[in-house]
Amino acid sequence: MSTVNGKAEEPAGASGRRAPTVADFTTGQEVRWCPGCGDHAILSTMRGLLPALGVAPENTVVVSGIGCSSRLPYYLDTYGIHSIHGRAPSFATGISINRPDLSVWVVTGDGDALAIGGNHLIHALRRNVNLKILLLNNEIYGLTKGQASPTSKVGTIGPSSPFGSLDNPFNPVALALGAGATFVARTIDSDRRHLTATLTAAAAHKGAALVEIRQGCPTFSAIPRQGGRGAAQAAPAEPDNPGAPEHGPIRLSPGLPIVFGSNEQWGVIRDPSTGELGIGHGGDSRVVVHDPGTQNSTYAYALARLAETSLAEPPIGVYRSVSQPSFDQLYQERLATARPGGRGDLGTLLKGTDSWVHAG
Amino acid sequence: MRSVGPARRTRPIATAGRLVWYPRRLLKVSEQVRERETRRLDRVVVRFAGDSGDGMQLTGEQFTSETATFGNDLSTLPDFPAEIRAPAGTPAGVSGFQLHFSDHDILTPGDAPDVLVAMNPAALKANLKDLPPGANLIVNTDAFTGGNLKKAGYATDPLTDGTLDPYLVHRVPLTSMTINAVHAAEETAGSVNKKEAERAKNMFALGLMSWLYHRPTEGTVGFLEKKFAKRPEIAAANIAAFRAGFNYGETTESFTVTYEVAPARMKSGTYRRITGNLALSYGLIAAGELTGLPVFLGSYPITPASDILHELSKHKRFGVRTFQAEDEIAGIGAALGASFGGSLGITTTSGPGVALKSETIGLAVSLELPLVVVDIQRGGPSTGLPTKTEQADLLQAMFGRNGEAPVPIVAPRSPGDCFDAAVEAARLATKYRTPVFLLSDGYLANGSEPWLLPKREALPDLTVAFTTEPNHTGPKGPEFWPYLRDPETLARPWAVPGTPGLEHRIGGIEKSDGQGNISYDPANHDRMVRLRAAKVAGIANDIPPLEVEDPSGQARVLVLGWGSTYGPIAAGCRRVRAKGLHVAQAHLRHLNPFPANTGEILRSYDKVLIPEMNLGQLRTLIRAEFLVDAIGYNQVRGLPFKAAELAGVLEDVINQ
Repeated sequence: MSTVNGKAEEPAGASGRRAPTVADFTTGQEVRWCPGCGDHAILSTMRGLLPALGVAPENTVVVSGIGCSSRLPYYLDTYGIHSIHGRAPSFATGISINRPDLSVWVVTGDGDALAIGGNHLIHALRRNVNLKILLLNNEIYGLTKGQASPTSKVGTIGPSSPFGSLDNPFNPVALALGAGATFVARTIDSDRRHLTATLTAAAAHKGAALVEIRQGCPTFSAIPRQGGRGAAQAAPAEPDNPGAPEHGPIRLSPGLPIVFGSNEQWGVIRDPSTGELGIGHGGDSRVVVHDPGTQNSTYAYALARLAETSLAEPPIGVYRSVSQPSFDQLYQERLATARPGGRGDLGTLLKGTDSWVHAG
Repeated sequence: MRSVGPARRTRPIATAGRLVWYPRRLLKVSEQVRERETRRLDRVVVRFAGDSGDGMQLTGEQFTSETATFGNDLSTLPDFPAEIRAPAGTPAGVSGFQLHFSDHDILTPGDAPDVLVAMNPAALKANLKDLPPGANLIVNTDAFTGGNLKKAGYATDPLTDGTLDPYLVHRVPLTSMTINAVHAAEETAGSVNKKEAERAKNMFALGLMSWLYHRPTEGTVGFLEKKFAKRPEIAAANIAAFRAGFNYGETTESFTVTYEVAPARMKSGTYRRITGNLALSYGLIAAGELTGLPVFLGSYPITPASDILHELSKHKRFGVRTFQAEDEIAGIGAALGASFGGSLGITTTSGPGVALKSETIGLAVSLELPLVVVDIQRGGPSTGLPTKTEQADLLQAMFGRNGEAPVPIVAPRSPGDCFDAAVEAARLATKYRTPVFLLSDGYLANGSEPWLLPKREALPDLTVAFTTEPNHTGPKGPEFWPYLRDPETLARPWAVPGTPGLEHRIGGIEKSDGQGNISYDPANHDRMVRLRAAKVAGIANDIPPLEVEDPSGQARVLVLGWGSTYGPIAAGCRRVRAKGLHVAQAHLRHLNPFPANTGEILRSYDKVLIPEMNLGQLRTLIRAEFLVDAIGYNQVRGLPFKAAELAGVLEDVINQ
């Protein structure tokens, strides 16, 4: 982020306007999240990131649904809509189709995007609408006081599930890959550097980009997570278990072997007979080299599900990043090619081909 | 079918007809010349009825097209099942098309047919109850087989058991004659099989009807050539069947009379025939031209509104953008997002879709952005009667949202009026930054009438000006307050993304008056609720007053309507007045708010009668707002009112 501060001092080219700063993206509204909530870190990252992207505040639109995370647009001094529960991708799609000149972001949560808004999310992804979708996943309904969400682990205790939830959680990355998303990434709120790098990569992607940002809920989380916080940290060290929390999440880097642990003693290996991914030793010749650019999403999907069997935390990083025409681009091309002969004439249209004249 | 006089003239067959073809093998025209009566009528109602697969809608449409070209006034009523192919040969699968045409201005598709074309026993069974004694009945005798009679539910053959005695029956072996004609035609020789030949039987029926009513036929031949341009042999088969039907009329002994309906005297100008959904689509395109905004339609397929999505998707040359969303909610969401971005956002649906869109309409009320919500009403509740008409969504449009969420409502009165109503809805939406309901219905959507083309210069200028400058001075300098209202209209400024310095966030949470930041302050909420209500109520000062038609000036009974009932109500009033009774008619285009003079008018009559295709929704609103004890006349049969029926109701109310 050091370049951001440098840029802030420079005039922004021919327009004569100075480059936007963090302050330009900060509103006067009081931020009303719980102390310790990851949303603060995400907001702060966004305020730092947006000026670095070189997009002017007036050309940025942030659309959200309902939930704690969906308050975020109020705190970013761009154009924004705090819409209704689950529907943010639909409003954002309407904006993107009609205004391809804008940088359109969606901020949503696990309840907003995956429960009430699941339909809109998958369709925005399959259409490859040019949206940057930040899915803030704290595995709980915070704003309605702690009910289990579609990403809550089985057995989550909450006011609506006092004996533990029964339903299997969604894996947001796997779901996005299944919907045909062209950019899918996962990051965490507690690692500012990783968060910034991931959001920067998402912003650079042309088309739908889904970024799952895993975070804790300091008020309602039934299962505190993520190295450095709560029960996981207090657990006894298990150096021989690759799934032990102290190893932290696997970090995916394009072109590098997927290894982890303090001495890179563990690695993700592919079973040559089945193609399935599993955990092995870091020195194994079968360790996979990460390639998010693979068109076929089978690999990314297998990677996304890795944590469900053998790891405490799922891998973080860019799972998939492939180039396909975005929906707004296809739409504009269709608009341009479908009107040979230029602008239509209203009088000619209304008259049609079978009109007649009454002399009166 | 009233005769306006005795036989006016006779004509020798095959010489006086507008178009006579000399068929190749079927007829020897020279031997057929004899005298036949031509009767002049002032109006006729014809109905085509057959199986869903028989092409009755196309036949009716084409007969209507011929009639429009001839210059009659007309009104149509298609009536078809929801299933694409209901079980063939059963009454459930019968598809009908009724056309009323005349030498004077008419208002409805007609109460009862003067002539019914029945392509099979099921069509006869489903439609015979509507046929008055003495009417012409053309039946396809080839279809009256044992199996078909059974499927239609006939125990005995109505052609022979006396069922049809009250009618003027023309027994026509339509299927076999069509096959013979097609196979006899040189252009089709060997290239059209029997099944394909049989499928042209609707064109035989059209040819016969065209002959019987002296319709011009050039257009139909051209239409068939164009429609089947990729399969010339099918075009030839249909044209051969069409001509054979026409020539059959010339030669058969069955028809001793043909009918003429002179062109109507109509206001001078250029006309075209138009359905409500087409006129509505054109109105939305025109609204884009008039506002200077790109039109964006976010929609999801639903009967009977899908035609608007289909039509608008063709017109990219007008910058019209259409988006078929994943559901009704996303359709309106995309439209509202488009409006935020500076387009004219529109969504189209029917009643069940409105239910799904309600939350977003509420958001649009709160965001105060322009949005046109088109509801082509159909029979409800729930899935109801998808292809039948009703006007039972009025209260849904009025109240179907949480909180105090007023939305202006506009309703067209006829198919052609859908154009003007769409322009009006867009005017209110853009001027007042509000969602607006446009309530059409299935009858208007699919019905058609001649439409006098509007002159471009007569259309209103709806140019929209976006806000480009800060509108408030704060402690740190110029600011943009998204809820600082125009003092006259109470509309808020519309600043679109891309405008520097006017960045702002809006949402469904209550916001502070003026500045627009989140506010839970009790007094502020009370003020904002009242401001939104006052903004919509103020539209009453920006719409024309309610007009009353009372030719004698002596009426003590007012009949009040809205939407598609205009035609039947006006026709009913004419009938009553023709008997020397007095009745006043008023018809509401704006249902929220009502025109400013509505209460005054209602209170100046002894009785107010409100006929509606629902159980009294407008009546509920009128009683609540004006304390007028209006009388209801209500039916929900999926069909428009009949003029005679309303005339009877009016007489009863007048004479009580």
